[in-house]
Amino acid sequence: METLQKIAVPTLAILAFLGVWEFIVWVNGWPNYKMASPSDLPPAFARYSHLFLEMGWQTLWRTVAGLGLAVLFGTLLGMAMGFSRIARDALYPLLVGFNAIPKATLVPVIALIFIGQHDFNTVLMAFLISFFPIAVSVGIGLSTLEPEYRDILRSLGASRVTIFRKIALPKTLPEFFGALKVSVTLAFIGTNLVEIVSPHGRGLGALFKSGETNGDYPLMFAVLIALAVLGIVLYYAVVALERIFAGWAERPQS
Amino acid sequence: MTNLIEIKGVTHAYRTKAGPLPVLDNLNVSVPEGEFCAVVGPSGCGKSTLTRLVAGLMKPDQGEVWLHGERVTSPRKTVGMAFQNPVLLEWRTILDNVILPLEIVAPRMPQRDREARAMHLLEMVGLKGFEGKRPSELSGGMRQRASLCRSIVHKPDVLIMDEPFGALDAFTREDLWQTMRDLRAAEPFTCVLITHDLRESVFLGDQVIVLSGRPARTQHVLRVDLPADRTIDSLYTPEAAEMLHLLRDQIRIAQGRDGEVH
Repeated sequence: METLQKIAVPTLAILAFLGVWEFIVWVNGWPNYKMASPSDLPPAFARYSHLFLEMGWQTLWRTVAGLGLAVLFGTLLGMAMGFSRIARDALYPLLVGFNAIPKATLVPVIALIFIGQHDFNTVLMAFLISFFPIAVSVGIGLSTLEPEYRDILRSLGASRVTIFRKIALPKTLPEFFGALKVSVTLAFIGTNLVEIVSPHGRGLGALFKSGETNGDYPLMFAVLIALAVLGIVLYYAVVALERIFAGWAERPQS
Repeated sequence: MTNLIEIKGVTHAYRTKAGPLPVLDNLNVSVPEGEFCAVVGPSGCGKSTLTRLVAGLMKPDQGEVWLHGERVTSPRKTVGMAFQNPVLLEWRTILDNVILPLEIVAPRMPQRDREARAMHLLEMVGLKGFEGKRPSELSGGMRQRASLCRSIVHKPDVLIMDEPFGALDAFTREDLWQTMRDLRAAEPFTCVLITHDLRESVFLGDQVIVLSGRPARTQHVLRVDLPADRTIDSLYTPEAAEMLHLLRDQIRIAQGRDGEVH
């Protein structure tokens, strides 16, 4: 019963959303070069199915690669900021400033430095846009560790590495996954940004661009839906990982 | 008699923006092996600093801390600690929380022996059947019981407790005093207990040390001549009342309010 509800409620919500969309387009009598309706989408998917699979895969692997780099780099940066006051004071303004730069402005910069390296540029952008939340949350998680937690092991003569492994690392995991949920969406935005803006791009962003160039509105909307689906898949992949590694942080619901 | 803990002429100051803040001033404390030493004093007088010094987590500016005839300069494995906050690890079960010190102190001990040792203690404090629970599923008193088990699971020579029962309600606290008494009867250890509760200090202590206001000096040492098998009722005897009264007066002096009308 509960699983049925878990599946049925979101499904109904999605169907209701599509219904309203279809209705609005129908009531206004918009042609599909002005606004596509949900019923335009299946033909668009069918027509370009091989492109969707190929481009979708491009977008997916580059997003995941960028996110992987962000996790690695963000965690290391967070550790530096969490353990060292000097590192925190030095890095924080830099990070905040860098994060404030709209990443769209970096696309031409990156494109000029690494001309023609489309895969590399895309992964790089996914990484640049998504490491910040991870670094900050790991840093805060480590620096706000109550001294008693450390003292329990320190008073037994445990090494710093042991204290990190047994206490600091697991204690920071819930914050880490909270940040990862934000980062996964950001990385996805970064990937698509480069795919759309850079010429001769690949991936779903490029497919969207070609739809725009050809005035193929159903294709553009189909890409948007595909992006939404990929986004959901990535997000829930993170949620699944969180359940496995930090499931203890979830309070049992009564 | 040899003293297990010997604090000789310890003076310590914290460096703050407003200059050095002296917290301990020529402090002397001796605790013989197996004794329970309760330390009371006005708030902020440096009691917690004392625990960190004995645990080897800090070095005093001047003076010496000796444990077992060895000078303490760094943390050692023979110490157990318990705090007001039970600091249990939420990602571990109660059993695994209790085992934690053994993983550090006795890395080669077989897991089965560790579990047996932890289970034995959990049973003694009345937590049998809760070993598989998460800390958040237990009440405050039960969590503190688990924390006590963890602090003595590796059979430390010295147990250092910093207001372990401070956050509990009065009745739970009395329950835990009795648990503490029973644990001590079952496995002897030397103990330093920091507390604000004078009744607690008399119920548990063999000696009660009253510290003066900051910077703390040893102001008074009271020997508690109650039988070892004390009950809560022992606190309502004339002897206990006299000791409590004396301690209360000492605290008042420590607070610098000797002349106040009360």
